[in-house]
Amino acid sequence: MSLPIITLVSFGFFEQDFLEEISGAVKLEFNCLVNHRDGRVDLSEFYDPARRQYNGNSLLKMVDNLSHPDSFKTLGIFNVDLYIPILTFIFGQAFLNGRTGIASIYRLYNERYGMPKDDRLLFERSKKEVIHELGHTFGLFHCDNPICVMRSSTYLEDVDLKKSHICQKCRNSLEISQNVVAI
Amino acid sequence: MSKKISILIVDDEESVRDSLYNWFIEDGYHVMTAEQAKMALTLLESEHFDIILADIKMPGMDGLEMLRRIKTIKPEAIVIIMTAFATVDTAVKALKDGAYDYVTKPFDPDDLTHLIRNATKQISLESENDSLKKKVITLENVEDIIGISEPMKDLLREVESVAQTNSSVIITGESGTGKELVARAIHSNSPRRFFPFVSVHCGALTESLLESELFGHEKGAFTGAMYNRKGRFEMADSGSIFLDEIATISSKMQVELLRVLESKTFVRVGGNKEISSDFRVICATNKDLKTMVEQGTFREDLYYRLNVVNIHIPPLRDRLADIPLLVDYFIKKYCMSMNKPPASIDPTALKRLLEFNYPGNIRELENMIERAIVVGDGKRITLRDLPMEKTIVNNSTESLDDFEKAFILQILQKYSWNISRTAKALKVDRVTLYHKIKKYDLKPAN
Repeated sequence: MSLPIITLVSFGFFEQDFLEEISGAVKLEFNCLVNHRDGRVDLSEFYDPARRQYNGNSLLKMVDNLSHPDSFKTLGIFNVDLYIPILTFIFGQAFLNGRTGIASIYRLYNERYGMPKDDRLLFERSKKEVIHELGHTFGLFHCDNPICVMRSSTYLEDVDLKKSHICQKCRNSLEISQNVVAI
Repeated sequence: MSKKISILIVDDEESVRDSLYNWFIEDGYHVMTAEQAKMALTLLESEHFDIILADIKMPGMDGLEMLRRIKTIKPEAIVIIMTAFATVDTAVKALKDGAYDYVTKPFDPDDLTHLIRNATKQISLESENDSLKKKVITLENVEDIIGISEPMKDLLREVESVAQTNSSVIITGESGTGKELVARAIHSNSPRRFFPFVSVHCGALTESLLESELFGHEKGAFTGAMYNRKGRFEMADSGSIFLDEIATISSKMQVELLRVLESKTFVRVGGNKEISSDFRVICATNKDLKTMVEQGTFREDLYYRLNVVNIHIPPLRDRLADIPLLVDYFIKKYCMSMNKPPASIDPTALKRLLEFNYPGNIRELENMIERAIVVGDGKRITLRDLPMEKTIVNNSTESLDDFEKAFILQILQKYSWNISRTAKALKVDRVTLYHKIKKYDLKPAN
């Protein structure tokens, strides 16, 4: 039996190495095949000039429409500031137990908080956010374990505090969910 | 979370509903949405929601009007009002109408997380509080009154029905039968259970002390009255007052008490302001009040005022079936309080306990078990651990009256038929002793 496929779709410019490393981490965490492709979409229609941010709900729907039928899960990676109408910003969002999620690295840069540039830290944070949103598409809720990647993070400090792995409790739920999908 | 918290989102904007729905779903909450206040109110009729997040500006019924209606039907509901246009006036209005909090759109994700976490904490505290209240009521009501015998089943049925009324109650029974426990059970099953249960041991206080204790006093009313002090009747407002050993109060206090019971008003000692208090009276005595009325030592009008309902607690010797259960209960109680593993009881020791007369009733049995656990090896209570060798064991061929007759005669002979000294030794008054002498037709030996 072949492994299910997770597709990462990047929107905007990203270093190739960065995307490959993220793909590798996702593959290890979910034991899936991981493809990567460029999303060639003009994002201006998702821009809200009043908020100077991009509408996360519309982008999530757009990525969902773009997802290939062969792809088990699809995650859009952005480098723009995301919002949803009710919140001032989001790092990402996903359809719980669905096929699609989105994550943005825009608010994960050290420089935005007056700290020195740190590419390694940026990669670690991005990896955590991508795995976190994909976790939701596998039906995982937010976890109380402070080091689990599924811990809810509303600030950068929260992201740094947790690890990039799914805790055993969440992994048990994940395995049940994957078994259900396989059946 | 032991119980899944349910959230209802009410907003006319689809994007807001969807955003909040997705946000809360990821946190594991049970979430439903409604696009109008009317729809939300319909949903609330059939579903329970712990938290309701409602927009203030909606077509038709607005958030504030919806808040008022929700609070009328479900006052405990936690409603959080959201709006894009925050003004102090509307915020204050929402909070005055019972909103839990008020937030301005768009929220900081962290604020939203904290808001919901705090509301969740309040819900769990309230539910914990409810379960503790129920536990306390259960403890006072059933678990402490132990018995499977028919007299005890009848007693519990009586307590249950009496508790629902507001009538005065007299609890009668021998010393040590648990009269205060029954009084507490009546209170904790009554609609007054969330208000004070105030207990007064009338027999332990002199007339003037009892007066000050019951009615309170003003500063300077007597030597030592340094401060104003509330009386027990005042403290029992909305609750119940338990007057133990009611037969011991003086004639003057009987008059005072009757007046208070009739008017539910009184004046503090040394005061002139009339104070009213809404309390229920539960009295207890081990004396025969009816006989006291006949003998003129207890006011008839007060007796009828108090004796609306009479509950009699049978002595332990009349409910032998409860002894094994009580023994087991006291063993567990004292082993736990002394940090010992639960002990067992030897069948011969239990047999001896079943044969005993128990003039001191349950209190006496309790003391015996406590002593046995203290002096015993801590594993098994044996005959040796029981103090019965020095006491009179019940002879099943004799009735209680025979026992009483023989005992009184023995004490009378001991004091050479001196009535005052004999009455003192028996801890009864002279009138009661004369009554007993007449009843048993007791006469000096020659």
